[in-house]
Amino acid sequence: MAEKLLDWNEVLIGATIKDPGNSRSYETGSWRVERPVWNPDECIQCMFCWVYCPDSSILVDENGKMTGIDYDHCKGCGICVEQCPKKSKALTMLLEADAKGKSEEEIRKEAFSK
Amino acid sequence: MALLNDLAKKKEGLVNGHRLCPGCTHSVIMRQALAAADTDKYDIVIAAATGCFEVSTGLYPYTSWNVPWIHSAFENAASTIAGVEAMYKVWKKKGKTNKDIRFIAVASDGGTYDIGLQALSGAIERGHQFLYICNDNNAYQNTGNQRSSATPFGASTTTSPNGTIIQGKTQPKKDIMSVLEGHHMQYIAQASPSNWRDLMDKVKKALDVNGPTYINVIEPCTTGWGFPAHKAIEIAQLAVDTCVWPLYEVVEGKVVINYKPKNKLPVEEYLKPQKRFAHLFKKGNEHLIEEYQKQVDKHWEWLLKREESGISY
Amino acid sequence: MGKKVALTGNEAAAHAIRQINPDVVAAFPITPSTPIPQNIAQYIADGKMDTELVTVESEHSAMSACIGAAAGGGRVMTATSANGYALMWEMLYIASGARLPIVMAVAARALSGPLNIHGDHSDIMGGRDSGWIELVAENSQEAYDNLIQAVKIAENKDVMTPALGAFDGFNISHSIEIWEMEDDDKVREFVGEYEPLFPLLKTEEPVTHGAWAPPDWYFEHRMSQLKGLLNAKDVVVNVGKEFGKAFGREYGIYEAYKMDDADYVIVAMGSVCGTTKDVVDSLRDNGVKAGLLKLRLFRPFPYKELADVLSGAKAIAVLDRVSPAGAQGGPLFNEIRSALYDANNRPPVINYSYGLGGRDTQPVHINSVYDTLKKIVETGKVEKQFDCLNLRGAWG
Repeated sequence: MAEKLLDWNEVLIGATIKDPGNSRSYETGSWRVERPVWNPDECIQCMFCWVYCPDSSILVDENGKMTGIDYDHCKGCGICVEQCPKKSKALTMLLEADAKGKSEEEIRKEAFSK
Repeated sequence: MALLNDLAKKKEGLVNGHRLCPGCTHSVIMRQALAAADTDKYDIVIAAATGCFEVSTGLYPYTSWNVPWIHSAFENAASTIAGVEAMYKVWKKKGKTNKDIRFIAVASDGGTYDIGLQALSGAIERGHQFLYICNDNNAYQNTGNQRSSATPFGASTTTSPNGTIIQGKTQPKKDIMSVLEGHHMQYIAQASPSNWRDLMDKVKKALDVNGPTYINVIEPCTTGWGFPAHKAIEIAQLAVDTCVWPLYEVVEGKVVINYKPKNKLPVEEYLKPQKRFAHLFKKGNEHLIEEYQKQVDKHWEWLLKREESGISY
Repeated sequence: MGKKVALTGNEAAAHAIRQINPDVVAAFPITPSTPIPQNIAQYIADGKMDTELVTVESEHSAMSACIGAAAGGGRVMTATSANGYALMWEMLYIASGARLPIVMAVAARALSGPLNIHGDHSDIMGGRDSGWIELVAENSQEAYDNLIQAVKIAENKDVMTPALGAFDGFNISHSIEIWEMEDDDKVREFVGEYEPLFPLLKTEEPVTHGAWAPPDWYFEHRMSQLKGLLNAKDVVVNVGKEFGKAFGREYGIYEAYKMDDADYVIVAMGSVCGTTKDVVDSLRDNGVKAGLLKLRLFRPFPYKELADVLSGAKAIAVLDRVSPAGAQGGPLFNEIRSALYDANNRPPVINYSYGLGGRDTQPVHINSVYDTLKKIVETGKVEKQFDCLNLRGAWG
């Protein structure tokens, strides 16, 4: 956190936190070694990935449909890939090292070609 | 029960940015539970016991909670929520709120089976309205996998280690469901995050009871149990399919088994992928697996008989 | 108008709680404070108060439920003693750390072992660093008055710190004394309404209570908490004055009894002060310049004020109703001596343990303390820095 931490006489009493859900600003995506890669063409929108994701990192639209992965928070556990009924066709894992510097398109190609 | 697409549209009560291990199922269980809560009808207030889940979701100045949430200590989630619920009665009485609020206490097995059992028992007996969810990860995981009374027979933990003369925990797991049954509550259930629909049904039912309810949920722990993170839900499913973790309800004392595996798997299937049971597969330890299987079968048979009897309180 | 009543200290505390009519009381019975939750339960059963009483299964749960209720949003009280207070210990720190202005009546009692149910200060002295405001009463009147004031002190926005009102187990809790009970309306008017800062039950503004503070935050929170506790000192004085205006009995942080020209001074807290006042009176009749400094506010410790009022004395004896437990003396002694270290005049200060586990302390014992002080002044020598009153066998 780059901003200045509060002094003792500035903190809210009782260590109370008044900003619900502010942990979203803490990005756990950097923990990742591998990333899940999504192929929308194969996705059947069963939402199993959403219901099993420990990090609420399956992005959904206003219709409750999956639109992608929140790489700012996804820790790369791989549960979504394991639970995806499409057996590595709609979701698969790729090493972060292999994704580095590549476009979304290139990453998808790389991931699903394996 | 709504479709997952509908549930996915709801504002989540627990958000990301928490510091749980990759593949931890604590948050999976709570996300499912809060998705099941009928938040158009009522609001939720949560009390949490000290543990992995609590330290990872409430780390000052961050909170992962979008709902009112309190943590005070390890052994008192039940008495803390009892206090909040008592104050709610006063607010209602004095007209300070016209909202319908339902209460959830969440703890792991350490805070439930062991150090928090007294507070839980007291709060249940007093009849407070709250759902107590125990995320049972079979040991004190927040302090690094020490045995609890929820640790199963044979499991190696840091205080029941596998050694040259003792092979993991020598005692069987405490049957907390039976302990709780003794309180003659309206609703007790056992669930698994692998069977999300079943878990959600149970949470919804429990939250509609005007009194104490309890749900025991298996919470596979990737670090403590020793399996790769992506296997977490699979392990939970294996626990269900081997009948190590039967999915059932006790409604007014009447047992309802929610899932009977067509093909009940041998316990080895559940034990094998976990490092904490690795020693059971060493030559000469076959009897330990046999003993494990015997304990699981005995309990499963007993449950089947209870269900068949149809007996209630 | 208030009325004179002849009731016990526990009844005084229970009436104070009835009149305050807090939103929630969570309590567990323990001798000698048991009659407090009993009476409250009866008042509720008879419709004389409408508090939500949580009859918890332990004191640990009592304080936990108090914390939950106070964080929920409202006024919360409880009562306990000794081992019950000890069982709350963990939660006392959490209540003060969470800045929840819970008010607790403590019928002060000895801690086991051996088991003893009688009065001393082992409980409140043991928990003196738990971050609570500690007020100690001499008699039933003060037990009653202190609890009413404690609510206002604890809930003051600059304080927001839990407070306990202690009175000696049995000596006060079970003794019938005549004291003045004020009108219900006037008491309720005095304590006023309490508006919680961050109630959990205001679900439209979800708050998180009890996040853990890592090393880059804990220190700041602890010091923020300390500031609230320290702020209580002035608030105690102001509320004491307000109370005087409302009910005719004014309170400060201490009572200086015949201290103006006193040479020989006893410093003490609680019921022993009554006995000491009688002894001071008879010594004064005989021309001995004896005085008593009765401390009312133990936490936050008013060290500057005490140094000012004590530095004129020629010799001081501090009475601690606990064992020094391996320290140089009892906690009151150590704090008083430390307070005097910076004074221009530093009189000799000696220490006595007295009254442990309900042991009687009579005028003869208090007289012996003044005799010793006189001897110290005459000879300029302190023979024993620490001694015991009414202990069989000479200590040392």
